[in-house]
Amino acid sequence: MTSDTLRADATASAPAIAGPSRTVRRSGVSVAWLGLVPFAAYVLMFLAVPTILAVGSGFFTDDGTFTWTNLTALADPVVLNTFANSAGLSLLTAVVGAVAGALVCYALLGMNPQGTVRSSVDAAAGVLAQFGGVMLAFAFIATVGAQGVMTLFLQDAFGLNIYENGMWLYEVPGLIMPYVYFQVPLMVITFMPALAALKPQWTEANLTLGGTRASFWLRIGLPVLAPSFLASLLLLFANAFSSYATAAALASQGSQIVPLQIRAALTSETVLGRENLAGALALGMIVVVGIVMALYSLVQRRAARWQS
Amino acid sequence: MNRHGPSRATRWVIGILIGAFFAIPLVSTLLYTLRGTDGGLSFERWAALFDPAASAAMKPIWIGLGNSLVLALITVLIVLLLLAPTMILVNLRFPKLKPFFEFTVLLPISIPAIVLVVGLSPIYLQIGRTLGTGTWTLAFAYGITVLPFAFRSIQASIDAADLKTLSEAARSLGASWPVVVVKVLASNIRQGLLAASLISIAVVLGEFTIASLLNRQVFQTAMVVVQKQDAYAPAIFTLLALLFCFLLLLIIGRAARGNRKARS
Amino acid sequence: MTALPATADNVLLAEAGEGTRVQFQGIEKSYGANRVLHGVDLDIAPGEFVSLLGPSGCGKTTALRVLAGLESADGGAVLLGGQDVSRIPTNKRDIGMVFQSYSLFPHLRVDDNTAFGLRRRGVGKTAAGRRALDALALVGLEGFADRFPHQLSGGQQQRVALARALVTEPRVLLLDEPLSALDAKVRVQLRDEIRRIQLRLGITTVFVTHDQEEALAVSDRIAVMDAGRIDQIDTPEELYLRPATAHVAAFVGLSSVVSGVASGDRVTVWGRDLPTNAPAEGPVQVHLRPENLRFSGEADAAIGGVVEESTFLGSIRRTLVKTDAGELVRVQHDARQHPVFGDRVHLAVEPVPVAVRES
Repeated sequence: MTSDTLRADATASAPAIAGPSRTVRRSGVSVAWLGLVPFAAYVLMFLAVPTILAVGSGFFTDDGTFTWTNLTALADPVVLNTFANSAGLSLLTAVVGAVAGALVCYALLGMNPQGTVRSSVDAAAGVLAQFGGVMLAFAFIATVGAQGVMTLFLQDAFGLNIYENGMWLYEVPGLIMPYVYFQVPLMVITFMPALAALKPQWTEANLTLGGTRASFWLRIGLPVLAPSFLASLLLLFANAFSSYATAAALASQGSQIVPLQIRAALTSETVLGRENLAGALALGMIVVVGIVMALYSLVQRRAARWQS
Repeated sequence: MNRHGPSRATRWVIGILIGAFFAIPLVSTLLYTLRGTDGGLSFERWAALFDPAASAAMKPIWIGLGNSLVLALITVLIVLLLLAPTMILVNLRFPKLKPFFEFTVLLPISIPAIVLVVGLSPIYLQIGRTLGTGTWTLAFAYGITVLPFAFRSIQASIDAADLKTLSEAARSLGASWPVVVVKVLASNIRQGLLAASLISIAVVLGEFTIASLLNRQVFQTAMVVVQKQDAYAPAIFTLLALLFCFLLLLIIGRAARGNRKARS
Repeated sequence: MTALPATADNVLLAEAGEGTRVQFQGIEKSYGANRVLHGVDLDIAPGEFVSLLGPSGCGKTTALRVLAGLESADGGAVLLGGQDVSRIPTNKRDIGMVFQSYSLFPHLRVDDNTAFGLRRRGVGKTAAGRRALDALALVGLEGFADRFPHQLSGGQQQRVALARALVTEPRVLLLDEPLSALDAKVRVQLRDEIRRIQLRLGITTVFVTHDQEEALAVSDRIAVMDAGRIDQIDTPEELYLRPATAHVAAFVGLSSVVSGVASGDRVTVWGRDLPTNAPAEGPVQVHLRPENLRFSGEADAAIGGVVEESTFLGSIRRTLVKTDAGELVRVQHDARQHPVFGDRVHLAVEPVPVAVRES
């Protein structure tokens, strides 16, 4: 191949640099394989092994005997309820985030990509998508917490007590707004390329063929965008389902969603009297997220085909 | 005239509605931190950050921030000295492995941190016995967490720079492999390396899950601890971190634009 | 190239009609301070194939888009069949348009793409499907009905785009550089097919291109444009033999420019007297076509020169000669003559009319 021939030529013309080309090439190849070892070892030790340990530990009791009891615990109504909460929360925030994010992308359509509006929104989306975790929780506590700015404002200005029916911020409903807060920027980041890939030729062709602006979206725009929208929706779902930090910061006790259940299981609060439940819960979580991400990559491949 | 974009009115309505949703928490947080003990607006909470009397309560945050910065540094080293050379190797010598490599590197997106930490527990037990229980060992786990983000930045640079041609040209001129990698290749993917480093810093500073469940003290876990006593300091740090992230992104964006100008 | 279907089998051919007259009247268009069209006037007869030819930025695409309604003119009017359509939106003008690329809808099959315009007009699914198949048969793609655009080559995609534009039997067919993105061989084949179909259907067609050879090959008339104005509208032969301006002479076909002295409708070049296309006086730039120059003996030569280079083009050769007057001219000749760099040659010029421009 070219690089080998080049190297051979270089060696032939500059004998001072290296020995015969054949030995250089053979040891060159094996050195290259060695070069992959550090990274492979690293990924093995800190990604592969922990994952296997995490999902595998659900199959064993504390003293190492194989057991199905941890897995059957997943069928317990308390645990099922947790999964339902997680799924419901993720679905709701994914849909809201997807629709709101799509609207933002639509509002940006046709604007100059280098212009101030587009680049500010891109920057804001980039920052806010990273702004998850505990800092988001603090911001919402400062906004709608018991002493939050909006809470007091609504009380003073309109006599509205938003916590009349209980302190919802620290339970599952309280997670909806913070989750939407990072779902929308993520949607903007992932969906904008799809919207930008709508070719102006399609709009013009639609017009010359007798269509209207409405019929363009109905017959062309939305159908072409549907795979990308679905892909982004799946990504948002997985994102919400996997989230831990915000919920942990808001609900310092309690385990109404799966990540919090895992926290409880790890911090030695015996959940349902079983100790390796964390592993079983991890397995359940990975199955859900794994399926969603597999669907995502399938749909994304179809979406990418129409974007070229 | 734009053909399929929305009307001006529509743009404004969407912008205002969604902009409000995003502005309210940020503005509220700012107002919250400006709340004086007498009820009016004052900077006393901000000043308290530097007040030695209140510093005992703040101490965990400074310690945690220090730890996080050290972790960020080590993570960046992992990215630059382990990930980047491996990526160069794969792109140059093992192009057939690229899909497999990409799949591996993007796995952390599909494996939530909360799941990973269940399996990291026993591993870090062992690490504690050999390398000690210092917080810096968390960097090994963080290197994995930042893999997808760092990978994307560096790969974009590699694709744009056409490393194969560059390395063949350098080799035909007589350079040895170390010289090729350091002098020729690294300089051409500098922008991707910078972006990857900055994103890694942002991710590490914001990480909570793994640190919290492995009982280490970092920036985010410290804020949660302090929040129970003083709700204002964490809010202030939240705003500062947001500003910092924004500046980081501006730098990345400016570097990207500068690179594009240089190419055109 | 496959034969067109029989008229009896194909509804589009069977319904081919008379064509519509298309008129531009004083079209003005500016983008901000930039004036793109300066009072364009053009009268296209029913069933005529007219090309808008010119370099990039001359306004030809803008003129086409004004005709389509995709841009609105700042002044002047567009008439279709005598009716002023300037205020009518694109989707009501009953036109068919083929774009340079990417215009097929990626999520629809070829037959659904083709039937799209019919369905928008309320034609039922089965009827539309049948007509779409006839349109595809016209472009030779009836076997591709169930494919998707990404499974087709560039040339095939443009054929589908053509079928899609024709199936609604529009009043005028507009083509915006439809062949520019295609390979050279496909380009030649497709342009001949477009012309054949157009002749059989008798549909008025406006074709935008920057390729003068393309325009010469397919058009009834060509409008050569430059900087927002039409320089000359004529048949291909007239444009080639009698270019009215230096721009037309330079743009259409090859020519070499030399100096001469004009007097009325004659000009003196290299001591020879030639007729001109347009009257002029005094020193002028003269455009000489390569095929009107030949190598001769010293006796009947107009001027001598030295060969700079010679290019082989299959059946002919074109040789660049530096004349004794210091000008560079191109001579077209039989490939069997093989001049070499440095050869001393003598040139004679045919006494055909030439284009001149006052210098």
